[in-house]
Amino acid sequence: MSYYFAIIGTQDNPLFEYEFGTSKQGGDGMARFTEQARQLNQFIIHSSLDIVEEVQWTNGQMYLKLVDRFFTSYISCFLTASNIKFLLLHQPPSSSSSSALPHPSSSASSSTPSLVSSSHHPPSSTSVIPSLSTLTGGSNSSTSTLTGGTSRTSTSIAANPTSPQTEEAIRNFFAEVYENYVKAIMSPFYRTNMEIRSPVFRARVAAAGRKYL
Amino acid sequence: MSSASKASRLGEEIWKTRIEKVNAELVVLTYGTIVAQICKDFESDYAEVNKQLDRMGYNIGLRLIEDYLAKSNTMRRCSNFRETAEMIAKVGFKIFLNVTPTITNWTGDNKQFSLVFDENPLADFVELPDDGRAQDQLWFSNILCGVLRGALEMVQMQVETHFISDVLRGHDTTEMRVTLVRYIDDELPPEDD
Repeated sequence: MSYYFAIIGTQDNPLFEYEFGTSKQGGDGMARFTEQARQLNQFIIHSSLDIVEEVQWTNGQMYLKLVDRFFTSYISCFLTASNIKFLLLHQPPSSSSSSALPHPSSSASSSTPSLVSSSHHPPSSTSVIPSLSTLTGGSNSSTSTLTGGTSRTSTSIAANPTSPQTEEAIRNFFAEVYENYVKAIMSPFYRTNMEIRSPVFRARVAAAGRKYL
Repeated sequence: MSSASKASRLGEEIWKTRIEKVNAELVVLTYGTIVAQICKDFESDYAEVNKQLDRMGYNIGLRLIEDYLAKSNTMRRCSNFRETAEMIAKVGFKIFLNVTPTITNWTGDNKQFSLVFDENPLADFVELPDDGRAQDQLWFSNILCGVLRGALEMVQMQVETHFISDVLRGHDTTEMRVTLVRYIDDELPPEDD
């Protein structure tokens, strides 16, 4: 599982970004995005902001759970009181695209990613899909263990981006990041919508990622 | 040592019984905002910011000593500078900030000592700006130097105070150096001839 975490300010401006991989079940904590996917991630995150704006009025929760999906990338969102968005893109390690997971959210969310790939990415819209499939088809060895469906892998958060366990793990991750985020912005030298450059905060996000994801 | 434990007991008692408390975060955020604003006003001329903080503190100290004497009820002169240090750390800092800095590094002539702050309530949440200079130039809590200087001046002690390390800068400790320059003699007002 690879993760891309971003904090988006009130003007839809990025404040912070961090890439990491899973540390559970022997993961080394490194993100396995390809160079292309890495750039695509930013677009995916940005496009999901529209859906966040729709979803945020439907319930009073800060944790909006899974809001969007783009091929094998799933986006979870947490909204702070001051309308700062925490977005976590998570991507299962193996070819879950072939196993065709059911779409988690309504039809509204599926329209936006395709809109992105056509409007933001006109020339590469064809190359996006091959790059993702090479990415997901890369590790066949782990595919077999996944399809084997032991009890451990079926509940692991890496294999099931839509499972309640994953939801809960991400909730914990967001809660911890939120706590540290509040501490970071309490610094008198921080102003709203300023990029968060604190190395302490980065280290704490990394620690939270290691702990829960 | 008996005077030290007496001082800490006194500080503890006053803190418990005679001090009105305010929310620590209110203090932290207010002070932090002031420092950040001064930094902005002086366009990150940190030497100047330090000076301004020291001057603000000095003006506070001139009056705060009155409050200190009223609350501590010790209308007795400290017999030497060592006792003064004890009272500063264990009573003064205790009742106003609820911290007791450690007194160390005395020089042989008993005129210079260090206050080492295990915790600094002014600096909670603070991270210095990463402009490459603040880390080397700004003393975030410099107001404390001024307070000490102002307060001691009102009780006939001229001192020189400055920070020599700060955890905000990445040092291991927060340490303030206090040097007694001289005892100020009572001066008679100029006679009118």
